[in-house]
Amino acid sequence: MRRNPWLGIVAGLGAVTLTLAGCGSSDGSTDDGGAGGNGGLSTLKLWYHGAGNDAERTVVEQQIADFNASQEDYEVVLESFPQASYNDSVVAAAVAGDLPCLLDMDGPIVPNWAWGGYVQPIEVDQAILDTWLPSAMGYYQDDLYAIGYWDAAIGMYARQSVLDTYDIRIPTSDDPWSGEEFEAILQTITEGGEFDYALDLGVNDVSEWYPYAFSPQLQSFGGDLIDRDTYLTAKGALNGPEALEWGNWWQGLFEKGYASTTEQDGNPEFLEGRVALQLNGNWGGVQALEEFGDDMLFLPMPDFGEGPVIGGQSWMFGISATCEHPEGANAYINFSLKDEYVADFTTALGLIPTTEAAAAMTEYYQPGGALEPFKEYSERFALIRPPTPAYSVISSVFTKAAEDIKNGADVKATLDQAVAEIDADIAANDGYGN
Amino acid sequence: MTTSPTSRQISDPTHRPSRRSRVWPRYIPLVGVAIVFIFPLLFMFMSSLKPDAQILADVRSFRAFLPVGELSTDNYSAVFDRVPAWRFMANTIFVVAMVVGFGLIVNSMAGFALSRLQWRGRGIALSIILATLIVPFETIAVPMVWWVAKLPWIEFQDFIPTLTTGWLNTYRVQIIPFIANAFSIFLFAQYFKSIPKELDEAARVDGASWFTIYRKIIVPLSGPAFATVAILTFLPVWNSFLWPIMVVQQEALRPVQVGVQYFFQLETAWGEVMAYTSFITIPVLLFFLVFQRAFVSSIASAGVKG
Amino acid sequence: MLTAIRPHRPASTEERTGWVMVAPAAILFALFLITPVILTLILSVTNVRLISPNPPSFQGVDNFVRAFTADPTFLASLRNTLIFAVVIVPLQGGLGLGLALLINQKIRGINAFRTIYFVPVVTSMVVLSMLWKFIYQADGLLNSLISTVTFGALSGTDWLNNTSTALPAIIAMSAWAGVGFHMVIWLSGLQTIPESLYEAADLDGCSPWQKFAFVTWPGLRPTFVFVLVTITIAAFSLFIQPLVMTNGGPLNATVTIVLHAVNTGFSKQQTGYAAAISLIFFLLVLVVSLIQRRLTKED
Repeated sequence: MRRNPWLGIVAGLGAVTLTLAGCGSSDGSTDDGGAGGNGGLSTLKLWYHGAGNDAERTVVEQQIADFNASQEDYEVVLESFPQASYNDSVVAAAVAGDLPCLLDMDGPIVPNWAWGGYVQPIEVDQAILDTWLPSAMGYYQDDLYAIGYWDAAIGMYARQSVLDTYDIRIPTSDDPWSGEEFEAILQTITEGGEFDYALDLGVNDVSEWYPYAFSPQLQSFGGDLIDRDTYLTAKGALNGPEALEWGNWWQGLFEKGYASTTEQDGNPEFLEGRVALQLNGNWGGVQALEEFGDDMLFLPMPDFGEGPVIGGQSWMFGISATCEHPEGANAYINFSLKDEYVADFTTALGLIPTTEAAAAMTEYYQPGGALEPFKEYSERFALIRPPTPAYSVISSVFTKAAEDIKNGADVKATLDQAVAEIDADIAANDGYGN
Repeated sequence: MTTSPTSRQISDPTHRPSRRSRVWPRYIPLVGVAIVFIFPLLFMFMSSLKPDAQILADVRSFRAFLPVGELSTDNYSAVFDRVPAWRFMANTIFVVAMVVGFGLIVNSMAGFALSRLQWRGRGIALSIILATLIVPFETIAVPMVWWVAKLPWIEFQDFIPTLTTGWLNTYRVQIIPFIANAFSIFLFAQYFKSIPKELDEAARVDGASWFTIYRKIIVPLSGPAFATVAILTFLPVWNSFLWPIMVVQQEALRPVQVGVQYFFQLETAWGEVMAYTSFITIPVLLFFLVFQRAFVSSIASAGVKG
Repeated sequence: MLTAIRPHRPASTEERTGWVMVAPAAILFALFLITPVILTLILSVTNVRLISPNPPSFQGVDNFVRAFTADPTFLASLRNTLIFAVVIVPLQGGLGLGLALLINQKIRGINAFRTIYFVPVVTSMVVLSMLWKFIYQADGLLNSLISTVTFGALSGTDWLNNTSTALPAIIAMSAWAGVGFHMVIWLSGLQTIPESLYEAADLDGCSPWQKFAFVTWPGLRPTFVFVLVTITIAAFSLFIQPLVMTNGGPLNATVTIVLHAVNTGFSKQQTGYAAAISLIFFLLVLVVSLIQRRLTKED
């Protein structure tokens, strides 16, 4: 009888499995335990979200190489993940009880992780903390759980020539545009007809960008994502009169045609001169300067009543609760909090350095540097997202509510539903320890 | 049926002799439909040769499908700088080969037992297996992560077997859960049913075991069913991304689809996205192009009978 | 004597072999499908969170009550999933048959066309969704096609960002992506119909339509059942297209049950509630499958 060709293939596969699976599992097992046997050297795994971003990874690799060379007890090993799916990877590892010793987290998630018992407090020298930008630290209930090498800040991108054309005053931190003034500006520019839209908000990026970039206006109106006195309810904060006012304003931006409800990924509109103003972070600053040079302005956000507000906190590093060598992990964190690394990150990413000394080493954030305004906004206007374990739910509920209102949903009903969902979640979790 | 001569005149020429002269109009609908099916991939491939700014500009017109403007392979070289693409490709090929290879054995045996053997519990087993078709993987992913992290495994370190716990971060976690496949079992069972029972009976009289019958009679006669199942199980494994994101932490073990995530940075490099997706799609297209005749005829002869 | 022994001995080895041969698949199913499904069942009556120091507590049917009374997104996902299934099953099935009839001719190069029609099936759905997002955008390819063809008389909308077009856009794209597979299935059915039946119909002078109605369609009956069942199951599991193209928006217009379950379980970390949604989903698909089975078996 004719031999079936498939059987031959299958038999061949079996042989390959044995070889490849063998090396796969031995790869996996050596770094599992954490404590390798290489002459008393303990391995500390570090997870980082920078896969695919070479500039960023280079700095982390430099830190690790320097640390590994500086002492003989620990060896830090880097594993990079793509940012787009980093949280999913880390959450899955947490569920499986398989977190590495060191990992980076988005700042607002830190309280959730601390409450969940997945990360432990870190010990950083007071001398370092004294010089450090407060919004780059992740506290939960008075303990420091994470610290970052940079912060990000939002500003209003604009061009001097455009503002001059429409006779618009250049605002300052001490005298920002008021809500009414901003409304009039948007109207003027829209009526001018020169641009596709007056304002670009980046609304296509339906992600943490929403609470990060848009909840600060809610706070400037006097509302908030949650009642920060108790952290037990969003009632009043997210659906009170100030919040409704924000919701109507937010919806109006799109209804009145000031801003587009859909934008292109990557938001090239401002650089192409198709919008007049853009809500954007400092990471886009260098590119904008290259495009427009001296014409480029980075303005403070408008004051809708309670002063200008922008989001604070970016990525931070912490230590997992299951780390077998917390002293080694703490040693690494303290070692890595050096001005030169902070300066390197700033140069690689365009983000705000966390110390004055580091700022002085950088082209853009040194006194008089082109991006220095962002540093000021971060210091003066940054409000961190609510440091409560409920934030993971708050973030996703707010994102959906803001998107729905943008798309024309009833403001009051949407915010009431958002409050109901957040409150139900807090109740279901016995107040999240608050 | 009373027939008018006209209807015969209409139906005849299209089917019979003088078709040579009238064949070209039949290509018009074929080509029209082909355009509909090919254009997004044409867009992907053309974009992979263009700089980002041009991609975003061209997408507003038919230039998107044309090799116009500044063309280069820069995106491809950038892709290989950013992502260990070949390593990912090797991982995916390995995982796919394993799932398909073991899947053919395991599922064809089950299909044999369910279609040609009489045993108690067969009906229930068949119902349970068919019922699993309704469970989309995404809905059980979370309990699954928790569960595979608890599973034991035997590892050989210096030839000494040791018991380890946890399947995360391995090839096996990408392979073993996907070997058994209800759809494959169903297709095998359908195909095996169409093979005459007399063959088994004759072999039984000659003293052959059931396993021998499976191996020496049924498998050799079922080439088309094996080909069909191989292709149908190949595709979902090649394209899986949610599961590897959740359970594979080491870069060295990641499959190709996870690599797509590497390009969505603050500023998405669309040219590179298109180059990378072309890189991971073209092998599948080539594979299909080579085997398509076998595939279509094997499905046809696997005779999907409900 | 012979009759007493014969059914006995073979039956017992047959029995044993049956179990042995089904065992590998059965064990794998038990480990990687049935166990997670049972875990889902247990989770669905608890308040378990992905990340939480609190011990889980039993909630009875609270999660199920919440789905139907306090979660408008779930209700929208239920509605969208049903609409999607009801529309796409005849659409994709019918187009597949049309393509199969089109491609079932013996002319030069027909294999090339067959391959081209199948191309979307072998391409990753994530990649296809990304490409269609570009095509559907306000200043995208589809709209420039519309205004070119109508010489500017008509202009399209922002397809994925319009509550009344987003779901139809996803339906159209999904039918496009999946139809090649069902074309091949129909084609295989067509090729099992004996040529002699067509010849007999020709002799009777049947029109092409009569040939389809009285020869082709009856011959395709088993294929029809298969196509119906596979499209239905795939339709209910709709997930990647809305995940990549709309994330369920605008205003819940494209949220599906599986997408909602994944978002709830992962972004909101509400594992228990997500499990309840999954369970409702299983029951729904099971009921629909059983109804289809009954309906297609009766005749």
